[in-house]
Amino acid sequence: MDWIQLAIILIQAGILVNMMLIGAAYMVLAERKIAAWIQNRIGPNRVGPWGMLQSFADVFKLYLKEDIVPLAASRQFHALAPVIAIGVAITVYAIIPWSGPFVTIDGVKYGLAMAPDMNVALLIVLAMTSVGVYGVALAGWSSNSKYSLLGGLRSAAQMISYELAMGLSVVAVVLVSGSLSLVGIIDAQIANGWNVFYQPLGIIIFLISAFAETNRAPFDLPEAEPELVGGYHTEYSGMKFGLLYLAEYANILASSAIIATIYLGGWDILPFVDEASLLGLDPTSVPMVLIGHVVFLSKALLFVFIFMWVRWTLPRFRYDQLMNLGWKILLPLALANIAITGIVLLLIG
Amino acid sequence: MANIKENIESQRLNFWERIYLPEIARGLGLSLRQMFRPKFTRQYPEERWTPEGSYRGRPVLVLEDDGERCVACGLCARVCPPLAIEVRAAETEREKERYPEKFEINMLRCIFCGFCEEVCPEEAIVMSKDYELVFGSQPEGILGMDKLLVPVSQLQERLEFLRQWR
Repeated sequence: MDWIQLAIILIQAGILVNMMLIGAAYMVLAERKIAAWIQNRIGPNRVGPWGMLQSFADVFKLYLKEDIVPLAASRQFHALAPVIAIGVAITVYAIIPWSGPFVTIDGVKYGLAMAPDMNVALLIVLAMTSVGVYGVALAGWSSNSKYSLLGGLRSAAQMISYELAMGLSVVAVVLVSGSLSLVGIIDAQIANGWNVFYQPLGIIIFLISAFAETNRAPFDLPEAEPELVGGYHTEYSGMKFGLLYLAEYANILASSAIIATIYLGGWDILPFVDEASLLGLDPTSVPMVLIGHVVFLSKALLFVFIFMWVRWTLPRFRYDQLMNLGWKILLPLALANIAITGIVLLLIG
Repeated sequence: MANIKENIESQRLNFWERIYLPEIARGLGLSLRQMFRPKFTRQYPEERWTPEGSYRGRPVLVLEDDGERCVACGLCARVCPPLAIEVRAAETEREKERYPEKFEINMLRCIFCGFCEEVCPEEAIVMSKDYELVFGSQPEGILGMDKLLVPVSQLQERLEFLRQWR
């Protein structure tokens, strides 16, 4: 690896981390705005125009807050948990193909994706979402508080249960697309049409599992305020709490981007239409790639909106209902989905 | 539990209701419609609310052209449940012999019950529309005559309400 490549990777990493930070800040604002609109309110509008600077004021406040560690807590793990949570969330960002390559340096093309052609990208996404449990479970355990521990336990049980359904629904996508690389899946979708048309059941299962994986309502049992105060982050304060909060929103954006990638054709503008030849452009030309980047971001943000919309509409599940849904409904459905997909693919040839 | 055979979930709900997703979509549609409805929020410091005459805000003393109406009978102080009112009477040579030398309402105690207004024989103490009660310190929360006296012209709405409904 030469120096230019290293510099480019560092620049890409810097862009992605900042994208995640600013994206999370504005997602918090969007969450509050959408909550307000659904409840016929206006939402934050005092800090900056339309409250645009509200999240930055909040982060500034979090930095100034005292960072309290409970006396009985295990200090190292209490500090380590937010790092794991945010680290895992960032790792997924390196894999997501935010855009196609549009900059050519030394004859190699680079885009806004650090590892676009990784051949096991989907596996890494699944692996990282499972490692994400450690952050939450450790946060709950190391706090040495009953609320936190219950939150962490619930989170661990829930994430492991929904992991299966999620992984199995992804298997069907891999069957259809014939690739584990995210770019490969997008290319297959550009050629054959979006996966959402071939996997309508799959996207529903994946979406529901994604809600559970990111601890979002209606599956936000790990941080159910009425029962568990704050759940696994009850004992966190200051920027450590900020990091856990950030990780939650980073995970939402990552999940939305993954759904947009594997089900909605990534940077493909319209399904079943060859936009590049229609516009008379080369599909790898810079304008096409930039349009694709915007399209990809809008698809991802659409799912971010759905995440928030669902949160402010549906009530929370009970714990037994959550487990029943995961093991008795989603898992068999995902297995059936794989079987049907496999049989159909076999028949078509 | 095991003997329950009627009114179980599978009888109450039809197939589409039992798989939940269409109903969830309906719920989502409902909340989406709400997003485009007019908002109820009032932008407080810029848009202020003017209460009706029936509103019980800060109690004030009515000020006529020739001085306050109050005759310092002390009924309001007597009836006040949290003992927020303190009156000290004095006498003059005028036709209305008594007047309050000192009249203090401790707004930190006041519970806005309106008993003082109800019991007053002279309609001298009424509840105003003033609801912006902020005090920088505890002594500031104890209002003396200088802050309590309000010209009768500003209190017409409340006085009319009292005549009609009391």
